[in-house]
This record gives sequence, structure tokens and C-alpha cells, in this order.
Amino acid sequence: MSDSATTTTAEAQSPLREAWIMFRRNKPALVGMAILSLIILATLYGAFIFTGDAYDIVWAPHEPPLVTPEFPLGTDYLGRDLVAGLLTGGAPTLAVGAAAAAITMVIGVAVGALAGFFGGWVDNALMRFTEFFQVLPALLFAMVLVTLFTPSLTMIAIAIGVVSWPQTARLTRAEFMKIKNLEYVTAARAIGAKNGRIMWRVILPNALPPLIVSATLTVGVAILFEAGLSFLGLGDPNTMSWGLMIGSNRADFLEAWWPVTFPGVMIFLTVFAVSLIGDGLNDAFNPKLRER
Amino acid sequence: MAAYIVRRILYGILLMAGVVILNFFLIRLAPGDPAEVIAGDMGGATAEVLASIRADYGLDQPLLTQLWVYLSGMLQGDLGQSYFFNRPVSELIAIRVGPTILLVIAAQVIAITIGTAMGVFAARKPGGLFSSVVSVIATIGYAVPVFWMGIMLVILFASIIPIFPVEGMADVRLRNDPWLTRMIDILYHLCLPAFSLGIIFLAIYARLARASMIDVLGADYVRTARAKGASEGSVLFKHALRNAALPIITVAGLQFGGLISGALLVETVFNWPGMGTLAFDAILRRDYTTMLGVLFFASAMVVVANIITDLSYRIADPRLRTET
Repeated sequence: MSDSATTTTAEAQSPLREAWIMFRRNKPALVGMAILSLIILATLYGAFIFTGDAYDIVWAPHEPPLVTPEFPLGTDYLGRDLVAGLLTGGAPTLAVGAAAAAITMVIGVAVGALAGFFGGWVDNALMRFTEFFQVLPALLFAMVLVTLFTPSLTMIAIAIGVVSWPQTARLTRAEFMKIKNLEYVTAARAIGAKNGRIMWRVILPNALPPLIVSATLTVGVAILFEAGLSFLGLGDPNTMSWGLMIGSNRADFLEAWWPVTFPGVMIFLTVFAVSLIGDGLNDAFNPKLRER
Repeated sequence: MAAYIVRRILYGILLMAGVVILNFFLIRLAPGDPAEVIAGDMGGATAEVLASIRADYGLDQPLLTQLWVYLSGMLQGDLGQSYFFNRPVSELIAIRVGPTILLVIAAQVIAITIGTAMGVFAARKPGGLFSSVVSVIATIGYAVPVFWMGIMLVILFASIIPIFPVEGMADVRLRNDPWLTRMIDILYHLCLPAFSLGIIFLAIYARLARASMIDVLGADYVRTARAKGASEGSVLFKHALRNAALPIITVAGLQFGGLISGALLVETVFNWPGMGTLAFDAILRRDYTTMLGVLFFASAMVVVANIITDLSYRIADPRLRTET
């Protein structure tokens, strides 16, 4: 593996720029970016183009798709427009997904960094703590948290974050253990950098690539989580979301397949796009794959 | 080995004690009077009922005494009384645990066997068509919500190709039939729930087996086996897969918690009478004792599964056997 073959351009480039060049060449990842951008645009601005209130009862219940031109995807069990529902229901799903992933990363990186950097009893204690959280079945624990406290979007994001961080912690720990013995860390220590500075300014930036990939995949997992909780009726009952749409229409999905099918397709497309992006980032950050 | 097993079990008990302590504080952190939280939405939570809850849980005692009463009770299998179902929680769970274990194991078997087989065949030609198909299936499997997969299968098999039962675990009309008929009936009912759950997790194993086999197939001992004239099947499954199996076992253990979470969702779709439907009913009624009992028991299942994974890891990898 010679360094000269890394990119087609001869001049030296920053690792992030190199990764971006790799990422741009990855077709599935670009498709993922396109799908996700479209979904985000639709949830942000769709309501301006397609005016209609997702909560209003506008037509007869269970109107099939493609029958009435005003309601191309049909109506739900109450007679609410499904297109409006899909456009409105994306925002809470995406917001909870992103917020939960952020919480996951903050807890996971903090625990993993401390464990990997200090080692010894700190590592031991923190890893036992992590193992404890891995024993709790995540969805069940999140269900308990959301039911015991108020079922708001914030609580759901916190609950998902609290149950999802152990894997991030393990990954961060492994990266920190690998990097902390490298020369540039020793050099930073030699010029008198304190532990805090070494951890967050020296090691963390170098541990970022796998963490960015993991953060991306965590967004996907968190979206699925939110969907599962809303499906069970544990989401915020006053906020339309894709999971809630499936859950509230599940009683008669054998008579009307469309109100449960379309929101599921949206969840699938979103998570699919996110995972394509995650895979693309993974390949882009992997120096072994750059030669291909 | 024996010392290792004992140590592993003791550690498991310690983890369970941790779960109990967490449960204990969760109830007390929830807004409101713990006695009322425990009574849940039982409707007529009269002053007498609340007083009896306070006495049962020692809620008038100091916090540490309360914790001790709760902890010792839980570890002896007393998961408390469900005020909604008006039965001990351990009894409620005892009826429901069998179906959940059946579902989880069936799904795990489907996921591991089909997933691994797909991964193995995909690894033979990493750039080939089948390999790409497996990668696509793996990505799709990761992105489909498990409950939605169940609903789609129900729609498919209830209205379009009605060949599988889509609800419950057994046909009541067969309740007086011989046990073999009833057993087959249960397996017949198990098909769709197990597949909904299995398909989601199959993706993980297909991906993992593919990566792991690509690594192993390049190894010297595989070339040696081929040079000795071993058949392709023998090379793939006897020489290569045995060595590629270690990461699969590790992940199978790690996925167990996720599998239980998925089972809870799938159960509610198919009305499968397991712990998931129990948890769901309990949550609708705000029956916290039952909910926390299910959480405790499901965590115990994960602990046991982890111990079994560790042991099978040692059996699969002779290098680990000598360590204690």
C-alpha cells in the first residue's frame, strides 16, 4: 500500500478532503444523499406547496389512493389526508432521530474516551457500567422511561439516547486505546499538554472518522426506535409522526393497506438513505479502499 | 472452565441486582407518590389499597430498607403484585415467557442459518451479482422497521396469498387434538412472526459472514485444503466457515437484546401471547409493576444468553479453552 496511489491528484490533501473525494465517487452514497435531501426538503417545505392540514378531517375515511385527485395517497381511518400526514410526520421523526443520535454520541464518546484514555480502574468501572446498559433490552427500557415520565418528543429523544450509547462507548474506547500510544500524543504530552487537552484536542479529532460513521448509523437506528415507540402509542400523541400513523391505523390495516404502508415506506427510505451515506463514509474514511 | 462458569454466573447475578436497583429508583424518580405510581391506573385505588401498597413495599421505611426489601424479593423471584391483572407478576410472566423464547429462538435460527448461508455464497465471488444482491438485502434489512415488516407480511398472507395464519399462537378448535397436531399448529402459527423478525436480523449475519468469509478464504489453510483436493463444500463449510464463525457467534450474543426488543414489536402485530403483548398491555394500563417485572425478566434472558455465548465461544475456539 503505497501512499502515492491514494488519490488521482498529485498534491497533498487534508484527510477530510480526501475522504470527500472518495465519498463523491461512491454512487450508492450519493443516491442516499439525494434521497435524504429530498425527504428533508419535503418535510421542511412540502407543506407550502401541498397545502393541507394533517390533523384535519377532510374526506371520507379509508379513501383508497389514486381515486380522488385531491388526495392522491388516500385518507386514513378518520378521513385525514395521507399526503399531508406524510409531509408533517417526517419532521418529528427526523428531529428525534438527530437529537437522539447526538445524545448517544455525547454519552458514548465521553464514557468511551475516559475509559480508553485512563485505563486501569476507570476503564474497568466504566466498562462494567456499559455492560450493565447492554443487558437492558433497549426498546423495553425506552418504553419504561417514556411511560414513567411524560411522553414528549424530548423525553423520547432522551430515552433513545440513554439506551443506545454503549456501542459508541466501546468504539470510542477502542480508538482512544489505539491512538493514545502514538507518537504525536507523546509529543503533545512532552510539550506539557494537560490530559483534557490531549483527550479532546489531540486524540478525539483523530478518532473522528469511525465515530462519524457510527453517528450516521445511529441516526438510522434512532429513527427506527422513534417509529417503534410511536407505533406502540408511546410517542407524543399530539404530534403526527410516521410511526404514529402506522400505529393509529393498525386496527384495520386489512381493510385499508395504504395508511400503514406509505408511512412505513417513508421510514424505510429515510433509514435506507442514512445507511447508504454511512456505508459511503465508512469506505471514504478507509485508507485501504482508496486505491481502488 | 468450571471456575470460569461460576465467575460468569456470579457476575450475571450482580448485573441483575443492578437492574433491580435501577427499577427501584425509576419508580421513585417518576413524578407522583410511589404508591400511586405502583397502583397505576387501576381505577379504584382507594386509600386502603394505597395503604396496603405502602405496607407491602415498606414505603414508610427509610430508603435503604425499602431497597433491601425490594432487592431481596426480586432476586428470590417475587416480582411484585400486578394491581391491574390482580395477580403476582411472576405468574403473569411465567405464562408468557415460553412463547417469547420460542419466537426469539426461531427468528435467531432463521437469521443465522439463512444469513450465514447467503454470506458464505456471496463471499465466493465478492464482486459478483449474488454478492451485490446480498449487500442490497443486507442494507434493506437494516432499514425496514420490524413491526412494519410484520404488517406487510400479514397483508400479503392474509389477503393476497392466504396460506399462513396471521394472528395468535394456536387454533382454539384444535385444543382437544393430540399434542403432535397442536405442536404442528403452533409451528404453523410461528412462521410469519418468526420470519418478520428473522428477516431483519438476517441482514446482519449475511453481511458479517460475507466479510468474515472473504478474509478466511484467502488464508493459507484454505489454499492447503483446496490443494489437497477437498471438495468445494468441504472447503467452504468445514475449513473456512468454522474459522469465520467466531465473529458470528459474538454478534449473535450481542444481538440478543435487540432480538428481544424486536420480538416485543412483532408480538403486538401478530397478537403473539408473549412478554411483548404483556408489556404492551401493562403500559396501556400504566401497570408499572408488571412493566418493570418484564424489564427485569427480559434483562435476565439477555444475561443468560450472554453467558451461553461466552461458553459457545470457548467451545468454538480451542485457544480460549485453556484460559480460566
